[in-house]
This record gives sequence, C-alpha cells and structure tokens, in this order.
Amino acid sequence: MAFQFNGTTVETDEEGYIQDISLWSPELAEALAKDENIEMSDDHWEVVNFLRNYYEEYQIAPAVRVLIKAIKKSLGPDKGNSKYLYELFPYGPAKQACKIAGLPKPTGCI
Amino acid sequence: MLHTVNKSPFERNTLRSCLRLAQKGSAVLLMEDGVYAALSGTAVSDEIADRMDDLSFYVLGPDIAARGLSESPLIGGVQVVDYGGFVDLVVEHEASNAWL
Amino acid sequence: MSDEMGYEGEVVKRFMYVNRKAPYGTIYALENLETVLIAAAFDQDVSVVFVDDGVYQLKKGQDTKEIGMKNFSPTFRALDDYDVEKLYVEKESLEARGLTAEELVVPVEVVSTEDLREIMAQQDVVLSC
Repeated sequence: MAFQFNGTTVETDEEGYIQDISLWSPELAEALAKDENIEMSDDHWEVVNFLRNYYEEYQIAPAVRVLIKAIKKSLGPDKGNSKYLYELFPYGPAKQACKIAGLPKPTGCI
Repeated sequence: MLHTVNKSPFERNTLRSCLRLAQKGSAVLLMEDGVYAALSGTAVSDEIADRMDDLSFYVLGPDIAARGLSESPLIGGVQVVDYGGFVDLVVEHEASNAWL
Repeated sequence: MSDEMGYEGEVVKRFMYVNRKAPYGTIYALENLETVLIAAAFDQDVSVVFVDDGVYQLKKGQDTKEIGMKNFSPTFRALDDYDVEKLYVEKESLEARGLTAEELVVPVEVVSTEDLREIMAQQDVVLSC
C-alpha cells in the first residue's frame, strides 16, 4: 500500500506502518495521526518523541509493557502507566504511537 | 535431553559444539547430513567414541540408506533407529535441542 | 519439569536461546533475537546463550552503514527492559576468538563449558541456531 504526501510516495505495510523510516517528518506524523483519529497534543508528541529516541538507541520499537516501564523510568509514574497512555492512544500506545512515530510494528506484538 | 545434529561434521562445527555442551546422560541423534559422523574410520570417529560412556548415540537409518551408507561400518555403540524410533526418543526426553 | 505460575496464573517455562552464528552472514542471529523478544513479551523465563561464532554478535563497535543491513547489536542493550537478565557467554568460545567480556555491548555472565552444560540441562525448551 502507499499514499501521496507532499509529492512523495510513502509506502506502508498492510497495517499502515510506513516502510521507510527516513521519510518520516513531524508533518507526516500529523497526517498519520489524523488517520488514527488522533489530534496531536504536546502529550502525544512527548510519547512519540520518546519512542523515536528509544528506537534510535536500541533499534527496536518496544512492546507495550516495556514502553510503559521505560516511560515510567524517565517521565515518572504519572505518565508511565497504561491508563494515561491508552487515553492518549486508545487503540494501544505501542501500536498507534509507533505508527505515528514512523517505526515498525513493536516486536512482541502479535 | 535429546540433542539432534543434522550437519556434516566435516562442513560445520555443530557436532563438536553439541558434544562439548551435552551433559552426561543425554542422547544424541545423528540425522540428515549428520549421519556421516556415525561412520567408523573417519577423522571425527574418535570424538564420538570418546563420549560413548556418558552419552547415548543414535543414527537415523533412512538417512544412512539414502546416502548409500547402509553397508558402511558404524562406530561401535551407535544405534540405528527408524522414524518411529526417532519419535520414541523425542517422547522419552523432557526437552530436545536441535543443533542447526 | 518445574513449571511455575506467572502472574495471572499462566505457566512460565524456561526457554534458552543458543546463538552460535556470527551476525550478518546469515539471517539466523537477527531472527533469533526477535524470537527472544517475543518470548520475553509473553513473560517466559528466558535465557540467552552465546557460543561459537555467536559471541561475535555482541562485539562492540559494529557499524553496518556500508553493507546496507540493520545493526541490531544495540537491541541487546534493550533486553534488560524486557526482563531478560540471563545472558551467558561461554568462556572457551570467547577466548578462542581472542575476545574479552569488556569488548561486548552488554554485561554478560562468562561461564565455563561445564557450567553451561548444567544450565542447559535445566531448561524446558532449548532453541539453537
């Protein structure tokens, strides 16, 4: 699958994850979020940026349990819990936020 | 534990690693290209013969036959099993480790 | 077998993943690592072993830019987040390749062949590649 964005063809897999991470931009993230019916707030961006940094450091998109634990460690328990993250990303923080962050589907998500 | 080795000992180090890490009392089944290790008089025969006291060795007959080795002498103590015997070995042991 | 119950009453088994191959010549190493992460995400008792050329997977300083493959060595550092804390490297394999534990990307437990035999024999499932 593919869609046009600012004159570039962006290929995605059948679940909507973009194939080429280098095509990602904040504008593309806004568009991907809109597809998920998510209006990007600062709180959303904090999680998306966290995921991008995690990927940069470890070369993987973390499973949801791991994401929650890592956010708790760096941003505190108010944000590192599933209630907070599911409110931001109702269809799953790892899945939806990873898609918006331009990362592959999290390893360990079946 | 049942260890299975399916690579030729002359091409890969799989057999050697298996023998190094197999604990006393384990079974080793040689299959596919691993059956070449069961033959006597090769450069690796002694490595198996040396472990005959603490490991039990099996070789898969159909793989021996397929390679024209049915008449070739095996290392003393290596037991030939058919597919049914292979299944029995898997059932008898709590865990299997396929050395690939 | 000594299955114990994990949280929510699920059965936890001891899974050992044995890495024996160098990282980029074949796909085995990367695939095995992904399997480890999946098993860990299911809260299994996972240990990871590096023997033979598998120890090369952990060598520091990997840079794959010019071979067009993903450098997955940083992912070993995420294993701790996945609660995979048992990483064993066989001393003999390390020494045979002129490596030391200081040259590896993660802290590991360097064990003798005899110790590794023991640990392997205690597993419910052993997956080698």
